[in-house]
Amino acid sequence: MNTIHNRQVINDVLVEQAKLDKDIVVLCSDSRGSASLAEYAKVHPKQFVETGIAEQNIVSIAAGLAACGKKSYVASPACFLSTRSMEQAKVDVAYSNTNVKLIGISGGVSYGALGMTHHSTNDIATMGSVPNMRVYFPSDRHQTRQLMLALLADQKPAYIRVGRNPVEDVYTEGDCPFVMDQATVVHGGNDLTIIASGEMVYPAQQAALALEKEGISCRVLDMFCVKPLDTAAVLKAARETQAVIVIEEHVAIGGLGATISQLLAAQPQPTRVVSLCLPDEPAIAGKSAEVFAYYGLTSDNLVQTAKNLLA
Amino acid sequence: MENLKAKTFEIRQDILDTIVNCKAGHIGGDFSVTDILTTLYFKQMNVDPANPKMMGRDRLILSKGHSVEALYAVLANRGFFPKADLKTVSAYGSKYIGHPTNKVNGIEMNSGSLGHGLSVGVGMALAGQMDNASYRVYVVIGDGELAEGSVWEGAMAASHYKLDNLCAVVDRNKLQISGCTEDVMGHENLDERWSSFGWNVIHAEGNDTDALNAAFEIAKTTNGQPTVVIADTIKGFGVSFMENAAAWHHKVPNAEEYQLATAELALKRSAAQ
Repeated sequence: MNTIHNRQVINDVLVEQAKLDKDIVVLCSDSRGSASLAEYAKVHPKQFVETGIAEQNIVSIAAGLAACGKKSYVASPACFLSTRSMEQAKVDVAYSNTNVKLIGISGGVSYGALGMTHHSTNDIATMGSVPNMRVYFPSDRHQTRQLMLALLADQKPAYIRVGRNPVEDVYTEGDCPFVMDQATVVHGGNDLTIIASGEMVYPAQQAALALEKEGISCRVLDMFCVKPLDTAAVLKAARETQAVIVIEEHVAIGGLGATISQLLAAQPQPTRVVSLCLPDEPAIAGKSAEVFAYYGLTSDNLVQTAKNLLA
Repeated sequence: MENLKAKTFEIRQDILDTIVNCKAGHIGGDFSVTDILTTLYFKQMNVDPANPKMMGRDRLILSKGHSVEALYAVLANRGFFPKADLKTVSAYGSKYIGHPTNKVNGIEMNSGSLGHGLSVGVGMALAGQMDNASYRVYVVIGDGELAEGSVWEGAMAASHYKLDNLCAVVDRNKLQISGCTEDVMGHENLDERWSSFGWNVIHAEGNDTDALNAAFEIAKTTNGQPTVVIADTIKGFGVSFMENAAAWHHKVPNAEEYQLATAELALKRSAAQ
């Protein structure tokens, strides 16, 4: 099992890139520890801003810095960043079009036992619905690194969600195909397609391997670019395979499944879409894996769902 | 050039024309903040209308974004864009929308939702501090806006980071849409509130360009802490029947009121010359 979580990769990339680019500024809201950015704060104290526990303030300050040429990276728990600071993200970041990257840490149900205050299971809906805000859910540490490097090279607003815990590798060192804003085909297949993002990509990959053993050819798309959605990859999958399963660590309304269903429903040829997601209720307490298992966000359930669809 | 005080009445006429033309706007707050914006853009700020993105320019954020007609009129008079553009304010497809937008020359940030500007100004001032730049950052806040909690998050951060390149201006006209600020949500001991947050507090007659100019000069020489200029203003200042009347928060003058206001502004302008 990989032990390096995606937050650590973000720290590593920022520590290394901030040495080369003095305009990079990282902001934390008493969150440098939980964001694994303590090292960054130590190495680059002059390119680090602490705002204290003030999630509205941190986003506006980041926007002000960006308006004066800085490249702002805000790291704060996804649950707060995606809702409490939503208006600042809407007005000062997206609307004013400032170069601010909002990194929602410990996203989804990472803080499983802490209750709904600490869950961010509606952040695609909130952030994704803001015009000019992009949304990225990287899957593993290798992809997180690639995504960070791509984001450092652009000037546009974005929201990025990463989980708290290390996740199994989907890719390997040196073999992580990545094109910005294009879904990565994790596993080829022509019977059906699973589309996943973030921590759901690994179970999707596992499900495809299990289905392969049973003679079912399953395509897996790593849709790290939740917005802008890689519509070409979705439409291609709909054309070339019989059905689409979307799995996400998010509620149904406004999520990846809803977006993909909307896209496919508008096509002349209908495609069956099944969405595995979290329910419209506060999630149960537990570790991420336990919560995923309870709600069927697992490779086993993906396998079963795929078989039912093709039966 | 005519003196600054006379200029403020010319600008008020442009605001009045704009609001009557587009049949919308916040005339009361526009008139209370006119002298603040005029003093800053004509006397204090290092800006170049021919090069609005000039390196090292001073920055202003109109956090009380609903006073945008005043900002547009001041920027047009300062030469950032032709005065004729004011005729397109709030028109179909116009870039001159009903709140500040950075698509307009001279405007740094979009605003309109209250309580954002001070924190954005903190970010701008921090960037200046990091870069050892000499520019100053001004944030103009309404007094009704002070009820937004985020203002005080920004105030806290500004003094924590000793942002002496940041100057907030409170347009203290004591009126908001529902009535007196003190009845809606009081700001008792306003000076002490700001000073307890670590700010240098200066009071100024907010409809007097000389007094405002003097206050901004003091702010410039204050080291180690941000300054707030609490500008005691009169809502609707310049047109007697609009002054201190909450009803004129966003009322559009009718033809008769327009004539009366125009005549009074002309008189005051010539008296000031």
